Amino acid sequence: MVLLELKNLHVSLEDGTEIVKGVDLAVDTNEVHAIMGPNGSGKSTLSYAIAGHPAYEVTDGEILLDGRDITEAGADERAQQGLFLAFQYPQAIPGVRVTEFLRTAINAVRKARAGEEDPVPVKEFREELFKQMDRLKVSRELASRYLNDGFSGGEKKRVEILQMAMLKPRMAVLDETDSGLDIDALKVVAGGVRELVSPQMGALVITHYKRILNYIQPDRVHVFVDGKIVESGGPELADKLEEFGYEQWGAHENGNGASPKEEGDD
Amino acid sequence: MAQIEDERFAGGPDENEIVREIGSDYAEKYGFHVGDTPEDYFFKSGRGLSHELVEMISEHKKEPEWMRKFRHSSLDYFLARPLPSWGGDVSGIDFENIYYYIKPTEKQAESWDDLPADIKDTWDKLGIPEAEKKYLAGVGAQYESEVVYHKVQEELAKQGVIFLDMDSGLREHEELVKQYFGTIIPQNDNKFAALNSAVWSGGSFIYVPKGVKIELPLQAYFRINAENMGQFERTLIIVDEGAQVHYVEGCTAPIYSSDSLHSAVVEIIVHKGGRCRYTTIQNWSTNVYNLVTKRAIAYEDAIMEWVDGNLGSKLTMKYPAIWLMGPRAHGEVLSIAFAGAGQHQDAGGKCVHVAPETSSVITSKSISKNGGRAGYRGLLQVAKGAKNAKSKVVCDALILDEDSRSDTYPYIQIDEDEVDIGHEASVSKIGEEQLFYLMSRGLSEAEASAMVVSGFVEPITKELPLEYAIEMNRLIELQMEGSVG
Repeated sequence: MVLLELKNLHVSLEDGTEIVKGVDLAVDTNEVHAIMGPNGSGKSTLSYAIAGHPAYEVTDGEILLDGRDITEAGADERAQQGLFLAFQYPQAIPGVRVTEFLRTAINAVRKARAGEEDPVPVKEFREELFKQMDRLKVSRELASRYLNDGFSGGEKKRVEILQMAMLKPRMAVLDETDSGLDIDALKVVAGGVRELVSPQMGALVITHYKRILNYIQPDRVHVFVDGKIVESGGPELADKLEEFGYEQWGAHENGNGASPKEEGDD
Repeated sequence: MAQIEDERFAGGPDENEIVREIGSDYAEKYGFHVGDTPEDYFFKSGRGLSHELVEMISEHKKEPEWMRKFRHSSLDYFLARPLPSWGGDVSGIDFENIYYYIKPTEKQAESWDDLPADIKDTWDKLGIPEAEKKYLAGVGAQYESEVVYHKVQEELAKQGVIFLDMDSGLREHEELVKQYFGTIIPQNDNKFAALNSAVWSGGSFIYVPKGVKIELPLQAYFRINAENMGQFERTLIIVDEGAQVHYVEGCTAPIYSSDSLHSAVVEIIVHKGGRCRYTTIQNWSTNVYNLVTKRAIAYEDAIMEWVDGNLGSKLTMKYPAIWLMGPRAHGEVLSIAFAGAGQHQDAGGKCVHVAPETSSVITSKSISKNGGRAGYRGLLQVAKGAKNAKSKVVCDALILDEDSRSDTYPYIQIDEDEVDIGHEASVSKIGEEQLFYLMSRGLSEAEASAMVVSGFVEPITKELPLEYAIEMNRLIELQMEGSVG
């Protein structure tokens, strides 16, 4: 059984504009797939739709996780079943500390996945948190700060990967995790993702640039233009893209769909 | 007008159910079943308000002549004053249908062993003995309208600290009480202060002598337990020069089938260099009118802080005030109001700068949902001559749905030129993107909303003693569970 499967997926905005126009994709455990596409190609819409954002409507096709149809499931249910989205623009939640948030989230997924009614013991939680923070070179001081509130772009991205490491999903979707990261941070984050990919977990990396793929080393690369996968191949496809750009597939930068906002490096 | 307001606030049957359910676990949690029939009470006045009633209360308490007169003249003021026409709608209060005085046991208990078993059971369920073991410096428990249990740790007594219920305070320290009682909040200050002055019973009397710093909070628990019973506690705190105290008052209440009135008066005097913090978490059931007058006076270099959380009640009108009378006195008011279906929280704070170099901060956070109405009403006043006064007022409102309402009435009156005054106000809603972000981590919509709301009020909950902060967040979770699905 495939871990994540998209079958003929069509996604529209609330105003009816179709952004994702029929995507077929299968990602298995122990695999990293990359979706590469220009700005405005609908990459972020695809990732939001997989995670269950209510503003993006699946008009046709289906999303399967571990063989279960999650097309109609809420974002919380998908997360509880093992899906994780690392956001391009993580939301700030003022007044809520990183530790408090993580503990609540872990308890929610533990309860759903393993039927654990008891919350994670504080000692166990702290040990795991500090272990993962050290591994991802996240300053321990961030643990007691308000979630993403006043974080630099790089801090936000690292904390996304920290959340992933703590929540231990089956399937991780990383939406432009490389943007806003300097090269050292990129290496740490990419290494963190690669280490987590295992016979229990797979990942889908969505990116504009090849840069992050140098460190994550995808098993499959898909070129995404105008809401569709136009070509799939091995890692060498990323090199071809780097050399010739997206134009060979008829893509124009700033095409339809929203172009991402600028974000500062840390 | 009352009819119109009622209709506007009326939620659907689901909401009413939710509101009832919120209180429904109080019975097992706090054991509020005890003493629900009038026969269980030792003494209970008849319904309604009159000079005969006032005479009876004073006589029953064996009060000195001056207090008896004070009560009678206060009643005259109460009867002469019209109901306030501003703030919330108080026209639903039926003053003739309220018990003004109930005394549950014949005499005050002096130790745990003396307490009646049902009362003790209630306090056990509230976790008092354990909390006491840990770090409570003293417990004053108001059961019905009379304080039945008080314990002041020996250490405090040795330091000369007085921590009594107000009735005992009057009996044992009459001169001290007479010197300050009704001086900060005159009996005719407002209609409800006049009512309290006429029929007050219970509350706390605290005196902290010069230079004595009480590090651990003094706590008291209040609740109303009889239908149609008013609760009119009266608290007086005197912090002498260089002394320090933190007083914590928490309220929980069972469910009622008809309206109830809580109208307290709290007077605080902080002498030169003293410091006082007064923390309240109010969670009255949603049929209670909570009309409280709280005022403090801070002298030279003194610090006064009000931390005030208003979660329950049908209507709350409460604006803790600080008069900064001496140079460099500092005042802070931290206020949270949470208004659900059928609730109106009209809360805020007042700071009056009389002396130079005084400073104040008012921080107000309000949340309204399911048609609830939460407002900030505040006064910042700087008198002529209060040079270099500094003040900051921040009021933030979070509105959780289209049916709910938030109002801001920030009155500012400045009669001095050399001042530094700041005012910030914001109104926000929980963003869809915030909810999606939290839900994508496995939190349900209700958990996600509760988390955003808890974060919103965090600047205030972090100032609460831990067990109150936990209780506060739990109450928010309960409220949010009611608001979705």
